[in-house]
Amino acid sequence: MKKLQQAADTKANRELQSEAIIRLSGVGKWYGQFQVLRDIDLAVRKGERIVVCGPSGSGKSTMIRCINRLEEHQQGKIVVDGIELNSNIRNIDEIRKEVGMVFQHFNLFPHLTILQNCTLAPIWVRHMRKSDAEKVAMHYLERVKIPEQANKYPGQLSGGQQQRVAIARALCMNPKIMLFDEPTSALDPEMVKEVLDTMVSLAEEGMTMLCVTHEMGFARQVADRVIFMDAGQIVETNSPEQFFNNPRHDRSKLFLKQLLH
Amino acid sequence: MRELTSNELLYIAGAMRWTILLSLVSLACGMLGGLILALARTSHVRVLRLSVVAYFKVMQGTPLLMQIFMAFFLPGVFGFDVNPFLAAAAALSLHASAFLGDIWRGCIEEVPKGQREAARALALPYIVTTLWVIIPQAVRLAVPPSVGFLVQLIKGTSLTALVGFVEITRAAQIVNNATFKPFVIFSFVCACYFIVCWPLSLFSRYLEGRMRIPSH
Repeated sequence: MKKLQQAADTKANRELQSEAIIRLSGVGKWYGQFQVLRDIDLAVRKGERIVVCGPSGSGKSTMIRCINRLEEHQQGKIVVDGIELNSNIRNIDEIRKEVGMVFQHFNLFPHLTILQNCTLAPIWVRHMRKSDAEKVAMHYLERVKIPEQANKYPGQLSGGQQQRVAIARALCMNPKIMLFDEPTSALDPEMVKEVLDTMVSLAEEGMTMLCVTHEMGFARQVADRVIFMDAGQIVETNSPEQFFNNPRHDRSKLFLKQLLH
Repeated sequence: MRELTSNELLYIAGAMRWTILLSLVSLACGMLGGLILALARTSHVRVLRLSVVAYFKVMQGTPLLMQIFMAFFLPGVFGFDVNPFLAAAAALSLHASAFLGDIWRGCIEEVPKGQREAARALALPYIVTTLWVIIPQAVRLAVPPSVGFLVQLIKGTSLTALVGFVEITRAAQIVNNATFKPFVIFSFVCACYFIVCWPLSLFSRYLEGRMRIPSH
């Protein structure tokens, strides 16, 4: 009896897990005549960690920016957390509340303190009281290990610290999904690790993550799947193990070879 | 002929209060109008953007003096009697709103694109983004050109003398007609304008320093 119950539980679990929290079907996008996304199909399960890589101009940033509608797709369908992305502004806002984003250039608000950066959205979007928002902000600043910088301004912090603040700022909204758009590409080499460590610990806690990154160590360590894009298409989807050791496509092989040199 | 005495000079200096009052009223109305125009110019509504562009072009492409003439003589065509102060203030306000609006449009657009994207990604509403993210950063860029324009505006009020509004320039003309000492009188007028305008540029530099965002 107990065994049956357990079996049922794991089955329910599996079903829950297999439910896609992000689903892109047949997504296409053009800049004028130039097609940047071609027929993208992608389903991301809850708690899944996906690394997106590919040469520059392959559409990887554009793809994840479509997920929170920083870019508009012109073809196909995007459903996030059960809500379809269309021109309905209320839908867009509902999705953005649940999707945190970390940018290559941090995009912190330079005229606000670290604490104010973290509390602005919780206060105005989640309608939290200032004192509660500050508690939440301090909690996440501790998680990214810079609570002592709370009253400084972004310009007074190093790049790595700023990016960790940007992660904390997104987490303060308690999102279900985190998007990372080349979060370490603008950093000095010695600061990459502190940001990746923060992302690894986030992954370990079961956050659903989509990361555009060329940090292959990170991909090996945390990714459930690696997606390789080229010329606006998803060329290969594979486990990190298979992708790095045994890529299926010539284009992926070439890319990995160039990355190693 | 009358003698030019300190009384005459005091009369001229006293008329400076009208110059200042006119500048303040036009500045206040011009700032309000300019802010609305700048936001409309950077909005997503095409019709709004285009009509504001048309307004900017017309106001920037015609002389201030003609705008003052329009404000003064146009109501007369329809049989309205206009107070010179109101006509001058209206013309200068519309003029200021067009220039400040365009200056501030530039400052709003200078705020890096990533700032607006970060605000959108956090689901911040337009009004919060505008008031808390964009304007505080645009204001820092806007101080020097706005103060520069304010100085232009103060000097521009001298044109209202031509529709008979007795501010400092008109007062000086009146005194000059009676005493005929143009060099002394108009040098004195220049000094009066300078005394008002020069501290403004000092104030601008002080504001810039105060609003600097801390960084290392």
